[in-house]
Amino acid sequence: MEYFLQQTLSGLANGAIYACVALAVVMIYQAIDHFNFAQGEMAMFSTFIAWQMMQWGMPFWLVFPVCVVISFAGGVVIERVIFGPIHNAPVLSHVIVFIALFSIFNSLAGFIWEFTIKPFPSPFPEKDVLGTNLIAMHELGMIGITLVMLVMIYLFFRFTPIGLAMRAAAANPVSARLVGISVKWMLSLGWGLAAAIGAVAGMLIAPMVYLEPNMMLGILLYGFAGAVVGGLTSPGGAVAGGFLVGVAENLAGAYVIGSELKLTFALVLIVGVLLLRPAGLFGRVVVNRV
Amino acid sequence: MVADVNTSSAGRRAIPENPANNLAIAGIRLPVWNKILIAILLVVAVIAPFFLEDFDVFQMTYALVFAMAILGLNLLTGFNGQFSLGHSAFFGIGAYTTAMMMAHWEVAFYWTIIPAGIVCLVAGFLFGLPALRLEGLYLALATFALATAMPQILKYHAWEDLTGGVQGLDLDKPESPFPDTLSDDQYLYFIVLVVAIILFICAWNLVRGRTGRAMIAIRDNPIAAQTMGVNNAVYKSLTFGVSALYTGIAGSMSAIIIQFVAPDSFTFLLAVTFLVGLVVGGVASIPGAIFGGFFVLLIPNISEAVADMTGRTDAKGLSWAVYGLFLIITVYVMPSGAAGLVRLLVGKLARRG
Repeated sequence: MEYFLQQTLSGLANGAIYACVALAVVMIYQAIDHFNFAQGEMAMFSTFIAWQMMQWGMPFWLVFPVCVVISFAGGVVIERVIFGPIHNAPVLSHVIVFIALFSIFNSLAGFIWEFTIKPFPSPFPEKDVLGTNLIAMHELGMIGITLVMLVMIYLFFRFTPIGLAMRAAAANPVSARLVGISVKWMLSLGWGLAAAIGAVAGMLIAPMVYLEPNMMLGILLYGFAGAVVGGLTSPGGAVAGGFLVGVAENLAGAYVIGSELKLTFALVLIVGVLLLRPAGLFGRVVVNRV
Repeated sequence: MVADVNTSSAGRRAIPENPANNLAIAGIRLPVWNKILIAILLVVAVIAPFFLEDFDVFQMTYALVFAMAILGLNLLTGFNGQFSLGHSAFFGIGAYTTAMMMAHWEVAFYWTIIPAGIVCLVAGFLFGLPALRLEGLYLALATFALATAMPQILKYHAWEDLTGGVQGLDLDKPESPFPDTLSDDQYLYFIVLVVAIILFICAWNLVRGRTGRAMIAIRDNPIAAQTMGVNNAVYKSLTFGVSALYTGIAGSMSAIIIQFVAPDSFTFLLAVTFLVGLVVGGVASIPGAIFGGFFVLLIPNISEAVADMTGRTDAKGLSWAVYGLFLIITVYVMPSGAAGLVRLLVGKLARRG
C-alpha cells in the first residue's frame, strides 16, 4: 500500500510537469490550430539559460522569474518573426517550421553548452516531508509551484481584460478583430505565455532528469498525451490529462510494463485516444462543414 | 510570400504531354533532353566510384540509401498528402530485419532485402489503418510518438536475444566477389545503385499510373476523390504500406553498408533528416529525392566547416541547426524545393528560347 501511494504521489509530481507542457501545447493549439513540436526544446533551452545564470552565481529564486521573463520574450519574438509571415500557409509548412525550430534549439543547446549531462540544483531542501518518505520535498515543490501557476493563469484568463481579449481572439478571430482586439498581438502573447509555462516545467523537471539537450523529448510526448487525453480544445482538460497521464504512466511502469516501455505507453495512449475518442475526456467535439 | 509546399502543381509540370517526341524506356515516357540528362547521370553514377576514395564511395552509397528513404516518405507526403514524422521507425524495422536475418540465421544479405521490405510493408499498412482516421496534424502527432518510442521498443529486454538489446547487432561486411576489379565498398555501391534504380523506376511508374492519380486526387481533395469512386481507405493505407516498404528497404541497405544496427540510430532526429531531404529536394518530386539524399549527407560537412570558423572541434550538434535553417529558408523562399527551382529555371529558359 505504501508502495502504491509512493508511486501515485510521484506520478502526480511528474504529472504536474506533463500538465504544464500539455497546457502550453493546448494554448498554441487553440490560437493557431497547430501542435508545437518545438515546445519541449524551447523549454529545454530556457532551462539551459537558467543553468547558465546559476553558473554565474545568481540564486535560484532570482533566476526563476528572470528566466520566465526571458522565455516569454523569446516566445513572442518567435511568433512575430517566424510564424507571423506563414500564418495562412498549409499544415505541412507549419509542421516543417516546427521541426526546424526543434532541431535548431536542440543543436544550438548542444553546441553552446555541450551534450554532456549536467546536474541541475533543486531549490527545495532534501529532507522528509512531515516525517514520511512517501514523497520527496522536490516532488511536493513541483506540484505546489504548478498549482500556483495554474491558479494564476486561470485568474488571468478569467478576470483580466487581456485574458478576455486572448480568449476572444482564439475563439473567433474575425469577430475579435471587429471589436478592436489586435489578434496578431494576442497570438504573440499566447506564444509568450506558452514559452514561459514551458520554462517553468523545464526548470522544475531538470533536477530529476538532469540537464541535457534531449531531456524534454520524452516529456513532450507525455505532454502531448496529456493534451490528447484531456482534450485539445480544453486547457483545464489538458491540465487534468497531464496529471492523469503522470499517475497512469507511473503505476503502469510500477506494476505492468516496467520502466523500459514507458514511451510506448504514451504512444499507445495517444493513438488509442485519437482513434476512440478524438475529442478527449473534456474537449468538445468539433464538427467540420465540408 | 506564403509558402505552399503542398500544391497540386508540383508533380505534374515536369513532363509536357507531347507524345510525338516521347519514347518509352522501361515504361517511362520522357522528352529527349530529359533522357539525355538521365543517361549522363547514370554514366556518372557508374564511372564515379572508380575515381573516388573508398570513403567517398561509402558516402555516395549512403546518400543513395537516404534518397530511397526520402523517396518513400515523398510517396506518402508529397503524393498522398499524409504526414509522417515516424519514418525513422520503418527505417529501423527494415534495418533490424536484415540484421537479425544475417546475424542469427546466416542468410546472405541479398536475400534479406525483400523480406525487410515486406515486413515494413505490413508494419506500415497496419500503422496506416488507424492512421486513416487521423487527419494531417493528428497523423503527424501519432507518427511523432512512434518515432520517439521506437528506440525503447528496440531495446526492450523481452526480445533482447533477437535484437541485441542496447548493444545492437554487429554484421559481417559482404565481400566483393571480384576483389581484383571491385573493392568491397564499390561492390556495395553498385548493389545499392541497382536497388535504388529499380525503386525509382517503380515509384515513377506508380505515380504516373492509375494508382498515382488516385493518390494525388486524395491529396488534393479527399471528398472529391471519394465521390469519383476512389476508395480512400484502401489507397491511403496501401500508400502508407508502400512508403514504409521503400523506407524499410533503405533501412535494410543501411544495415548492410554500416554492418551495425543499434536502437539509438533510429531516433526522431533520423525522421527529421528524411523530412529535411524531402522538403529541400522538393515535395512531390521524384528526382528531388536524389538531391535530398545527397543534401542531408553533405550538410554535416558544411556545418563542420562553419564550426571550424568558430574554433570548436566538435560540430556534431551544429549540423541540426543548419538543417533547421535550410528547412525554414526552403519553406519561405522556395516552397517546391530544389526540384521546383530547377523546373522554374528550365521553364524561364524555355520561354525565352
